[in-house]
Amino acid sequence: MGGPLLKAEAIRAGYGPIEALKGLSLSVAPGEIVTLIGANGAGKSSTLLCISGIHPIRSGAIHFDGERIDKLPAHDIVKRGLVQVPEGRRIFPRLTVLENLQLGAYLRKDLDGIKNDFERVFALFPILAERRAQAGGTLSGGEQQMLAIGRAVMSKPRLLLMDEPSMGIAPVLTAKIFDTIRELNQQGLTILLVEQNAHLALQLAQRAYVLETGQIVLEGPAQELLADPRVRKSYLGEE
Amino acid sequence: MGSEDAEDQREGGRELMTDSEVLLQQVIIGLSNGMIIALIALGYTMVYGIVELINFAHGDLFMLGAFLALTIAGALGLDAVSEGALFSWGILPMFVAAPIFCGGVNWCVDRLAYRPLRNAPRLAPLVSAIGVSFVFLNIGLLWGGLPMEVFNMGQTAAAPKDFPALVSNENLLGESDITLTISQVLVFVITVPLMIGLSVLVRFTRLGKAMRAVAQNPVAARLMGIDVDRVIGATFIIGGALGGVASVVYALYNNTIYFQMGFRVGLDAFTAAVLGGIGNLPGAVLGGLVIGMIRALTDQYIATEWTNVMVFAVLILVLIFRPAGLLGTHAQEKV
Repeated sequence: MGGPLLKAEAIRAGYGPIEALKGLSLSVAPGEIVTLIGANGAGKSSTLLCISGIHPIRSGAIHFDGERIDKLPAHDIVKRGLVQVPEGRRIFPRLTVLENLQLGAYLRKDLDGIKNDFERVFALFPILAERRAQAGGTLSGGEQQMLAIGRAVMSKPRLLLMDEPSMGIAPVLTAKIFDTIRELNQQGLTILLVEQNAHLALQLAQRAYVLETGQIVLEGPAQELLADPRVRKSYLGEE
Repeated sequence: MGSEDAEDQREGGRELMTDSEVLLQQVIIGLSNGMIIALIALGYTMVYGIVELINFAHGDLFMLGAFLALTIAGALGLDAVSEGALFSWGILPMFVAAPIFCGGVNWCVDRLAYRPLRNAPRLAPLVSAIGVSFVFLNIGLLWGGLPMEVFNMGQTAAAPKDFPALVSNENLLGESDITLTISQVLVFVITVPLMIGLSVLVRFTRLGKAMRAVAQNPVAARLMGIDVDRVIGATFIIGGALGGVASVVYALYNNTIYFQMGFRVGLDAFTAAVLGGIGNLPGAVLGGLVIGMIRALTDQYIATEWTNVMVFAVLILVLIFRPAGLLGTHAQEKV
């Protein structure tokens, strides 16, 4: 193998006349946690939506596990093991917790594997087991984030895209969510994490990209970026 | 229906039936019509729930189903059931063909007229739906002009067509003043299991869960690997098929079909869907029953010319006090 699991090359995408991504390139190697940090509107979410096939790209190419995926419909991309936990969680509010998780396993036929993954998710987030019969919309923000992650785990991902998992949830829960991301990674899951909380993200990730107005302006090992004065000034709020 | 007929019925009825018998009779009629309306309303509400589109062509699709049923009756040379028989087996091919036909046509309509406009402004598919409705209406007019005996050899394309009484209109209650016919029983025998089946499908099956997921958050559904276009297509097939069944039930119950019936009955069904809470499946059934009952009771106790007024007066009142419809709250499931 040796090649990257995900490779985006010079992708451009936009909304009408507005260009959100201006030739962005990035790659994620198997087993890594890579983070994409940047300010609001830099194009972080757009990047993930393009990779997942929700938003079309105008030029460039995206390869997953050596196969070109940027022309594929979203459901075919999920089938290949590229799964996203979207921004704002997007759980199904009027479906039960259990049904939300079942939909994560929508494309799977391996009943034993699904059963194991249910147990795995309930072990990661015992609160979801407790609330399995409750409508997803009745959960707190943090619980909904757990549900969204659990739902994605049910899809049997090889690469997990996570968009702002810390958004709108209490700091205690954020820590718990980030512990879980680390745990999933240690279990062998490759992760591309988009975060506004650059400090947390850089501490968790091995490598990082800094995105500014649709372009990568910095990249490197997360520890190095954490020490980089430009990053410290712009993203870590230090003088 | 002329108002004089109703007046005659009322005058005649009063002499023979007690007040409570009259009421019971109207309840039977109201519920029978209501169940047919409900079945069509489900087609409106399912499609609305999943793509937020009022499929104005749905009523006319229902009309085409009835024309197909009459064509089958003509092709098989079916006549009214003989004395003593409950129903003709000729209705079986109708109950198979009409749902397949209507489901298939509805899928094609989505594929050709609505899917290309999925990301267009909301008004575009709505106008498209009105266009499809006109196309169906004219197909119905042409269809009624076919040189078949059941269509009067095509002499009067636009005229109402007699639908043979393939289900007995004999009173099951024998000598009683209250009438309960086989065709009324048939309405319930067909519609109730279908509604239960639909509810099981939506609640428990993989497709049903996918339908609810798409209705609640299409982007998240795509991120779960759900092929949203296929699920929407399946919804159109199911909704269309229910309309197809309704068309056969309607024809067997009313024994008259005409090319504009899709507008008349479709308007009732659409109103039922809104009354119950558009996008809400039990709401559509409740709305259908409420409208069937209002129609029957107004016909009996006020006057037939006030029936439409009453239906829409109730609709307006409900929407003033419950803008989301009778069952249309946020906690309700929509599909």
